[in-house]
Amino acid sequence: MTEVNENQKYIVFQLKDEYYGVPVNVVGSIERIQRITRVPNTPSFIKGVINLRGVVTPIIDLRERFNMEPEEYSEQTRIIIVHLDGIDVGLIVDGANDVVDLNQDAIEPPPEVIGQVSVDYIKGVSKNDNRLLILLNLERVLSTEEMDKLASVN
Amino acid sequence: MDTNQYLEVFIDESNENLQVVNDRLLDLENNSDDLTIVNDIFRAAHTLKGMSATMGYEDLADLTHKLENVLDAIRNEKIKVQPSILDVLFDSVEALEDIVGDVSNGGDGKKDVSSIVTKLQAIEAGEDLVSNGSLNKPVSSKGESTIELDEFETTVLDEAKSQGQNIFDINVSLAEDCLLKAARVYMVFEVLEKAGEVIKSIPSVDQLEDEQFEESFQMLFVSDEDADTIQAKIFKVSEVNDVQVNTFNPVNSASNLKEVKNVAEEEVSATVEDSVKDTNKEQKKAVGNKTIRVNIERLDALMNLFEELIIDRGRLEQISQSLEHQDFRETVERMTRTSSELQNVILTMRMVPIDQVFNRFPRMVRNLARDLGKKIDFEIEGAETELDRTVIDEIGDPLVHLIRNAVDHGVEMPDERIGQGKSDTGKLLLKAYHSGNNVFVEITDDGGGINKDRVLQKALSNGIITQEQASNLNDRQIFELIMASGFSTADQISDISGRGVGLDVVKNTIESLGGSIEIDSELGVGTTFSIKLPLTLSIISVMLVVLDDDTYAIPLSSIIETAVINKNDIYKAHGREVIDFRGNIVPLVHLRQVFNFNDMYENDDYYSVILVRKGDQMAGLVVDSFIGQQEIVLKNLGNYLRDVFAVSGATILGDGEVALIVDTNALIK
Repeated sequence: MTEVNENQKYIVFQLKDEYYGVPVNVVGSIERIQRITRVPNTPSFIKGVINLRGVVTPIIDLRERFNMEPEEYSEQTRIIIVHLDGIDVGLIVDGANDVVDLNQDAIEPPPEVIGQVSVDYIKGVSKNDNRLLILLNLERVLSTEEMDKLASVN
Repeated sequence: MDTNQYLEVFIDESNENLQVVNDRLLDLENNSDDLTIVNDIFRAAHTLKGMSATMGYEDLADLTHKLENVLDAIRNEKIKVQPSILDVLFDSVEALEDIVGDVSNGGDGKKDVSSIVTKLQAIEAGEDLVSNGSLNKPVSSKGESTIELDEFETTVLDEAKSQGQNIFDINVSLAEDCLLKAARVYMVFEVLEKAGEVIKSIPSVDQLEDEQFEESFQMLFVSDEDADTIQAKIFKVSEVNDVQVNTFNPVNSASNLKEVKNVAEEEVSATVEDSVKDTNKEQKKAVGNKTIRVNIERLDALMNLFEELIIDRGRLEQISQSLEHQDFRETVERMTRTSSELQNVILTMRMVPIDQVFNRFPRMVRNLARDLGKKIDFEIEGAETELDRTVIDEIGDPLVHLIRNAVDHGVEMPDERIGQGKSDTGKLLLKAYHSGNNVFVEITDDGGGINKDRVLQKALSNGIITQEQASNLNDRQIFELIMASGFSTADQISDISGRGVGLDVVKNTIESLGGSIEIDSELGVGTTFSIKLPLTLSIISVMLVVLDDDTYAIPLSSIIETAVINKNDIYKAHGREVIDFRGNIVPLVHLRQVFNFNDMYENDDYYSVILVRKGDQMAGLVVDSFIGQQEIVLKNLGNYLRDVFAVSGATILGDGEVALIVDTNALIK
């Protein structure tokens, strides 16, 4: 992402009652929930892998990733496929149905306490249509280093 | 000029030309008089110069230009080929390869080449004195024509010079029909010792005494007498055909000294002969075929599309079984046959000769042997053996490691070898061949072999095995210990190979390619590393099995057979379940346990067991039920999921579901 003073599009999704955003340029597609093949001996937030048009793609449950209580998948549940630094991952979210334009100026640094997600995973926040949009730091969310640490704890 | 569009072609062709230069230089080392070889090298270098200048890589162009000058001088017989010159030429090629490598990795192709350029210029300019001194005559024994000085010899020469003594470079040719060459040499030496001191002889005194030379030999001689007197004295020895006595100029030699000093073992040159012949054959064959150059990415795309087709084929087969429609079934069967043939064609297209990997080894062995002061006769067999491109890309590093290992730890120092009654020159054989659906690569040395007792001691002291385990190991299992992580048997750590890491990495790499590695060794006789590799990585045959709701795939290559075992036939040993399989006690592994399923499969009185093997060891994998055999397309789990225990990858089944592929190697310990 370039730090130019321009508008950028974000995909908005929900986790519980909070709204999150990821830049549209890292999102490959948004899928409905489908059968996921479990991969044993991995952290519990990794739900497994799916066949995404011929590519075997790992799926992360974002609720579990952020230590929120899990919820049954519903008609609204979506998988957001993101590409980042050669990693393709699907993120399970409660719902995704909006795209917003955000001006870089409108993004503020994350406050110390916000929602349920550790501040490490947040790049910034932005007010939009009377709701607070939390912009995720995907690099951190998908950091495999952290995953290794988690795996060793489990 | 916008040259970007030509960059790919430039890199391809540069690499080809560099390979020609490299191969032909090795040829030249063995046939230093063959000017057609020099012509080949010159042409390749010339092309390279032109291309790099056009593309704007100045360092590359500059270096090739100087290289070309030297080659031109050799071609016109102004310079005589000598090991010292060859070393500089090899260094230049290495630098050129670095630059081209940099360019192909997106670099700007800049490199400081000034030191090599200086050396090349020195050769081009300063050759006269050297060639006057020693090389007016073609020297018959290969390669051994320079006067190489170590520091001691230089000091002696400097001292002699400061004392006003003359230093002569003497070249003596004996009659062709001379019977007692060693005796004549002795007489020449005797004459000379009376008049002064022989500082150095080429070949060495030992070699001369063993008659290891043809007609002529060369000496550095310090004396108070003048050239003519010496010449006359030597001529008094009978059967001496020709004597040339020239003043040797140490100042000139000093400038050559730096290049020359490190040259220890020209004998290595002899080594590459066979491999080079091999390559030549290969090249000639290649010329005969009509070929086109295809970007590897296109082949990958073709392969990917074909993989999609295989997945759909699996689906069609499934449907045809449930439909029971005669025509439909026949059509699907025909399609299956055609696609199998198509698969063969595509796989063959992706096959490249293993020579692509092997061709860098002769020079590597030559340099290693030189640095270590060892003599090694390196041979390559089966360089034309073909392997899938993806395997080729992965196999290079493990082979480099094993060859370094063999040169460093396998082959002994020359005097040690002689002490054991072996020839002072070690043999190293790199061999590739097809067998069934596998390619075997073997690295054999006739060195010291692996000392089993030392391996055991080391493994015990490093805590790799227990005393109890140690007493139960067979030879091969003991040898395998050297590939355990945290193990190194070399008494000294050297730069070449081994800091305790390495062989375990080699083993892991090979196993991750779906291959295996075995070691055979006999103390004092030698060691063979034998690598077995699959022909291709992307499509493999598997046995599909069921675990709960999931389907798992087990590679056929590791399966011995499947069995249904009555629970009454299961015994307990050391708290583990084992079965008696044709007289072997085989431990059972419950895949449900390995993969953390919540409950065990407790349906009936029988276990469905797949017997798998890894080397000599076996295990029985307990599954819920078997589905059957199928060709599948290997997919990896992506960069996010790395190193999942006992899972080597995934595949997509006919119904679109993902099935995980079991890594049986991880389950056998």
